[in-house]
Amino acid sequence: MATLNKKLDRRSFLKVSALAGGGMVLSFSWLAGCKPTSEEELLAMPKEWFELNSYIKIGENGVVTLFSPNPEFGSNVKTSMPMILAEELDTDWKNVMVEQANFYPERYDRQFTGGSQGIRQGWTPLRTAGAAARHLLVAAAAQTWSVPASEITTAAGIIEHKASGKKAHYGEMASLAATLKVPEEVPLKELKDFKIVGNSKKNVDAQKIVSGKPLFALDHKVEGMKYAAIVHPPAFGMKLKSFDKSSVSGMAGIQDVFSIQLFKDDYGRNFFDTTTFPEIVAIVGNSTWEVMQAKKNLAVDWEPAPESGFEMAGFGGRENIKVTVPSGLENTNRHKEQMKEFITKPGNVARKDGDPEGAFKKAAKVIEKTYSAPFLAHNTMEPMNCFADVKGDKAVIYGPTQAPESIMGTLVQALGLPKENIQINLARMGGGFGRRAYSHHMTEAALISQKIQAPVKMVYTREDDMSAGVYRPAYSATYRAALDENNNLLALHVKAGGIPESPLHANRFPAGALDNYLAESWDIPSNITIGAFRAPRSNFIAAAEQSFLDELAEEMGKDPIEFRLELLKRAENNPVGERNDYDAKRYAGVLELVRDKSNWNTPAAGVHRGVSAYFCHNSYVAEVVDTKIVDSKPVVEKVFAAVDCGVVVNPDAAINMGEGAIIDGIGNAFFGEMAFENGTPSKTNFDKYRMIRHKEAPKSIEVHFVDSKEDPTGLGEPFFPPVFAALANSLYKATGKRYYEQPFAPQLEMQNLKM
Amino acid sequence: MAIFNLNINGKSQQVDADPNTPMLWVLRDHLDLVGTKFGCGIAQCGACTIHMDGNAVRSCQLPVSSAQDSQITTIEGLSEAGDHPVQKAWMEHDVPQCGYCQAGQIMTAAALLQQNPNPSEEEIENAMNGNICRCGTYTRIKAAVITASQNL
Ligand code: FES
Ligand code: FES
Repeated sequence: MATLNKKLDRRSFLKVSALAGGGMVLSFSWLAGCKPTSEEELLAMPKEWFELNSYIKIGENGVVTLFSPNPEFGSNVKTSMPMILAEELDTDWKNVMVEQANFYPERYDRQFTGGSQGIRQGWTPLRTAGAAARHLLVAAAAQTWSVPASEITTAAGIIEHKASGKKAHYGEMASLAATLKVPEEVPLKELKDFKIVGNSKKNVDAQKIVSGKPLFALDHKVEGMKYAAIVHPPAFGMKLKSFDKSSVSGMAGIQDVFSIQLFKDDYGRNFFDTTTFPEIVAIVGNSTWEVMQAKKNLAVDWEPAPESGFEMAGFGGRENIKVTVPSGLENTNRHKEQMKEFITKPGNVARKDGDPEGAFKKAAKVIEKTYSAPFLAHNTMEPMNCFADVKGDKAVIYGPTQAPESIMGTLVQALGLPKENIQINLARMGGGFGRRAYSHHMTEAALISQKIQAPVKMVYTREDDMSAGVYRPAYSATYRAALDENNNLLALHVKAGGIPESPLHANRFPAGALDNYLAESWDIPSNITIGAFRAPRSNFIAAAEQSFLDELAEEMGKDPIEFRLELLKRAENNPVGERNDYDAKRYAGVLELVRDKSNWNTPAAGVHRGVSAYFCHNSYVAEVVDTKIVDSKPVVEKVFAAVDCGVVVNPDAAINMGEGAIIDGIGNAFFGEMAFENGTPSKTNFDKYRMIRHKEAPKSIEVHFVDSKEDPTGLGEPFFPPVFAALANSLYKATGKRYYEQPFAPQLEMQNLKM
Repeated sequence: MAIFNLNINGKSQQVDADPNTPMLWVLRDHLDLVGTKFGCGIAQCGACTIHMDGNAVRSCQLPVSSAQDSQITTIEGLSEAGDHPVQKAWMEHDVPQCGYCQAGQIMTAAALLQQNPNPSEEEIENAMNGNICRCGTYTRIKAAVITASQNL
């Protein structure tokens, strides 16, 4: 039984005229299961809607609208979340229309897309909402037919009382159902009775995407809308001094130039208030092209920014974080030297089991390797942008955000309006990867609109997007292993840090599998803004750890999968330490599955294979990468992935996510890199910032799921961290060289390979 | 500013714009054809791909003044009901993740198949190499192009 929360008890009767209904009808996505091809289907639009709860409304003709609560950035939540609702509602997917819910915290829980938690945390609330609506429909039928509810069954949107032969579709009972009292508790289905969850459904927006319909904030337009571009400091460590409006005021289509300030002095920042440059210049005009032209001509003076600091709320209610932003213009070369210095200094001990120091003293052999990776830019395909319409004391913001709840607080302070007067509408995002959790672009658009008291669409150029990033930090990690004269592993020591944060997860594998274990971290302050990037921290520490374990296995004369399984056996049967943040059995399960599916011991002719596995976002992934050298070029032939993420809601979409994360990982491992020279990002567009392209993608990818009855866990991120090491380990087999420094392409080129 | 007569998706259109304005922004801002996307503005990503007399071109690099005497096709005009074999194959393979790059991918693929209805895998890879997909849907894109070529 699932207990209902009060958000489900909010029902009303909505009358909409189907064809004349303007706004409502236009905002619908088409029936999820099919596309509108005929007049007939348009006429299938109901005349009245009955709202059974925040997520579900049903038309008198049986058509169902499901509201998808979380913002969609490409991870398929807009299809998968409604599938969960539809499952428990027991409706036919063919009758479902999906609508993106707007930001509405009174109606929906956790409208946040990030941390791979959408499905995990939405699972029970969505099932409960579906089941509660079904319960009301059944109760309505019981009342109408004067039969006991317990004798009524439902299937695919049809309610039936077998004994009396009575039958009705959901639409016929919806009006009465909407007036009935919501029960305290409802039973949920057994997994074995699932008909929709676990069966692949196509992306509900596919038809719109392939035919170029407006879906993104960048596509939004209203009558009288202006366009805005921004000009930001050219380097981290600089700030605005002055600008000369007259330098552009004569240009065609230019209306106004002014500066905006994102935070009031006394404002306490929330966790996602990371902002590259809190004061920027805005140029407003009649078209995107005109404001982009003016951007190039604007005369601006910058000056060095002094050291500053602020306090920021911790993530998810954790304690406040004090952030210091140092002054100065930073350089990547200096960063590398700084990181090297930290390798020899003691770090902050995060975990210690047994007597690692003693074990290292006793060791017959010590292996020590250092791994590093640069800053990365997110480079979402759709640059940062936002539509805002702020007039008087009302604001409507329509933009790409992963975290509407966080930006609401920012908007309240920046606009000086109560939150009741601010409506945030959620656009489909052209990619997120963590970047759009930092929604300063919404505040920027809102402030610009407030200043001109007109609707505006603010658009970053690609150069703005890449050079005003919220980057993945630069990291380094040193692993040491102590071996005795028989090559037995005595101790492991990891010391990991970064600019400006450490990637260490001290309580994850191999912690728990080793008697003597030491984990230390360090960090170096920086004024370069950083933030979440697909599997934050894991995306680097997995690369370092899993590359090191590969080298260690080789040194110990063991098969790399066998070696990991031995460690996991130990962690399962006789774990060391109190707190180990993983389930060793499930971890081993994905390694065994990938070993099996890839025929690990009998690779295809001419391929070199590497393996890696990692646990993050509550899921387990193991990957095998097969590479080949073809005409002096490293080619990724095939990738096998095995994942344990509990129940898989939409399998084909889940496979798509896995494929995408693997390709993303290969791209970043080979090419991903942002450097800084005197605070200035070294790359500002795709001519210099190399992204993985079609030809460099693996020839094929196989994704295998562990058959599981566990509740679903993360999916968008967990495929990503293991790729780096699986690739590095495979390249080692191909070239005889280990790859310690990301990106790998420069080193491969030095080995006379073509990249 | 000057008046330009354009032929877009089989319709004559007039716009008043600076002659250097890229077709990308003419389509998006002047003509409300927002299916063509902005990704880089420097011919590096392919998000803005349209057809000019049947060839795939980057509209971010095509000034409106050079587009006058040509037939321009955008994603909105590729087919009336969104059922061009390439569009159908894209849905069959459920290619999109975020979806932002896909109009450009589809336009590049449609032009390829127009000129070469039976491309080899290598020809597909070469033709599609100019279109970045940040979400990494390349393996599906390739499969969809192959399916489309079989259903032309
Ligand atoms: S926007 Fe034209 S190629 Fe990128
Ligand atoms: S689907 Fe997101 S960029 Fe291609």
